[in-house]
Amino acid sequence: MKTKLIGALAAAALLAACASEDTSGAATGAGAAGGAGASGFGAGTIRPGSQEDLVANVGDRVFFATDSSSVSADQRPTLERQAQWLAQYPQAQVMVEGHADERGTREYNLALGQRRANAARDVLVANGVAGGRVSTISYGKDRPAALGSTEDAWAQNRRAVTVVR
Amino acid sequence: MTQPNPLFSRRLALLGGAGLLAAPSLARAQAPAPGGTAAAGQVIDITRARTDPIPIALPDFAGSSPAAQQLGQNITKVIANNLRNSGLFRPVERAAYIQTPEAATAAPRFQDWRVIGAQALVTGRAEPQGDRARIEFRLWEVNSEQQLQGTAYTAAANNWRQIAHVISDVIYERMLGEKGYFDTRIVYIAESGPRDRRTRRLAIMDQDGENNRFLTDGSFQALTPRFHPNARQIAFMSYYNNQPRVYLFDLNSGRQEVLGNFQGMTLSPRFSPDGRSVVLSSARGGDANIYVVDLASRRERQLTSGGGLDVSPCYSPDGSQIVFNSDRGGDQQLYVMDANGGGARRISFGNGRYATPVWSPRGDLIAFTRMSGGRFSIGVMRPDGSGERILSEGWGMEGPTFAPNGRVLAFYRETPARDARGGGYSARLAMIDIAGFNERQIITPTDATDPNWSPLLSS
Repeated sequence: MKTKLIGALAAAALLAACASEDTSGAATGAGAAGGAGASGFGAGTIRPGSQEDLVANVGDRVFFATDSSSVSADQRPTLERQAQWLAQYPQAQVMVEGHADERGTREYNLALGQRRANAARDVLVANGVAGGRVSTISYGKDRPAALGSTEDAWAQNRRAVTVVR
Repeated sequence: MTQPNPLFSRRLALLGGAGLLAAPSLARAQAPAPGGTAAAGQVIDITRARTDPIPIALPDFAGSSPAAQQLGQNITKVIANNLRNSGLFRPVERAAYIQTPEAATAAPRFQDWRVIGAQALVTGRAEPQGDRARIEFRLWEVNSEQQLQGTAYTAAANNWRQIAHVISDVIYERMLGEKGYFDTRIVYIAESGPRDRRTRRLAIMDQDGENNRFLTDGSFQALTPRFHPNARQIAFMSYYNNQPRVYLFDLNSGRQEVLGNFQGMTLSPRFSPDGRSVVLSSARGGDANIYVVDLASRRERQLTSGGGLDVSPCYSPDGSQIVFNSDRGGDQQLYVMDANGGGARRISFGNGRYATPVWSPRGDLIAFTRMSGGRFSIGVMRPDGSGERILSEGWGMEGPTFAPNGRVLAFYRETPARDARGGGYSARLAMIDIAGFNERQIITPTDATDPNWSPLLSS
């Protein structure tokens, strides 16, 4: 158990390192998620199988190109790690939240967020997670993670976030 | 307040030029004065109106006591505000008035109004009678010295604003030859708090921004409210219990109920013109398709299918067609189909993506949001897609809704965040004439989105 955790941490650190070389906003988002996890870990309060655990050791979100809802090759590993993590915690139920950036109309973005959540869910299921454990919801453009009105903020907001219920 | 449309008792009397001509059986006072003038019945010339709004004099309605005079002033102010905001009237500067309001109410000296450039004159009298009030008004054409309209209303005194809106509509219709839109409300989403933890509440107000009221408490997110044709019910999207579904809100009782326990997210509701069903989008799996839900049986019928996202359906006013937004061709465009779901054809072919189509109550136009080159705009086109015109453009705007006469659009306009904490972001309601002039902001207590305009309340 302990070794596994360390392994996951190493993977997370590697991801953050990769991300810092990438200039895309999506990578910034991954870095931000890693940062939040690192501080949580520092406090020494992470409960295995919790959302904090997922954020710190796996990564809770994947990012999408403008108007796209397909999971790109560089985002897929995050979902694959989420599937492995879910295999480790078979009691965990998750909700995948789909989101869009502010550069679209509200109703279309709600549908787009749903399609993104579904695309992420499909990858989890394809990697062995029972469909009944993964529900989806869309918030469209109405719950941004990054509050700025910049390309970078928009890239962070086009996302699907896996949340332990 | 037990009547379906609890406005005011319509005990109206037609006022003749020579004196009071009681006609209590009249349900409404739309009867034109004999020998109506050229102004009445004329089709409005929007291009001319932009540069040449009708100069109208609105001396305060007279009253026999200080309380009556105050009521008269209040009513006159609301009427003047409505007419000015339409962009089609120009209230004449009050300092120029020669005749006193009291004297004008008794007998207008037309020379005094002609010389200060007034084309129309409105006089009136307000008399509180216990908890009721009697309001009479007359509309005069100054040049011909003709009375175009004379009407008396008796109503609960606290309904004085609505009387002022009804009078505004009568003036608008008599002078411009088409129905007004002042006795209406706008339902919208009141937004507050940081954008990542936004509170979104249903809210309603008169079209001039007065009588603002919050209908939900913010404990769940509410979006995209739309009026029933009877103006007493609202369909909207609610995240109650974290399950995004279309709900119905009853304005009389305040009761909310889920439209149906349909599988998956339901969104973008609109009532059919006959009020018997709701057309909406339902997201199941990765797709979103359009369904119509019968209100009596709550049974749903699927209208579109396939791999795209079909959202934002809206009926034509005759109920025969539905315009909607779909990315089935690769990106967001507008499509029109028969109300039974057949024969979908694309109608938007300009630059960029198109969204949020709404059909004009007159049937002649479809308003939309366009996204092109990183900018948003509000525009109109004919239902066959021809004659596209952009009315307003900016960093962010969407969600047009027509006034019941099809002459004005309300929508919401956003400003971008200046910093990474979202500072500087705002969302505000705006109105614009469909000719593309006279855009102005509607003042709301909080940020505001998703406006939807009611039908005429007293029609």
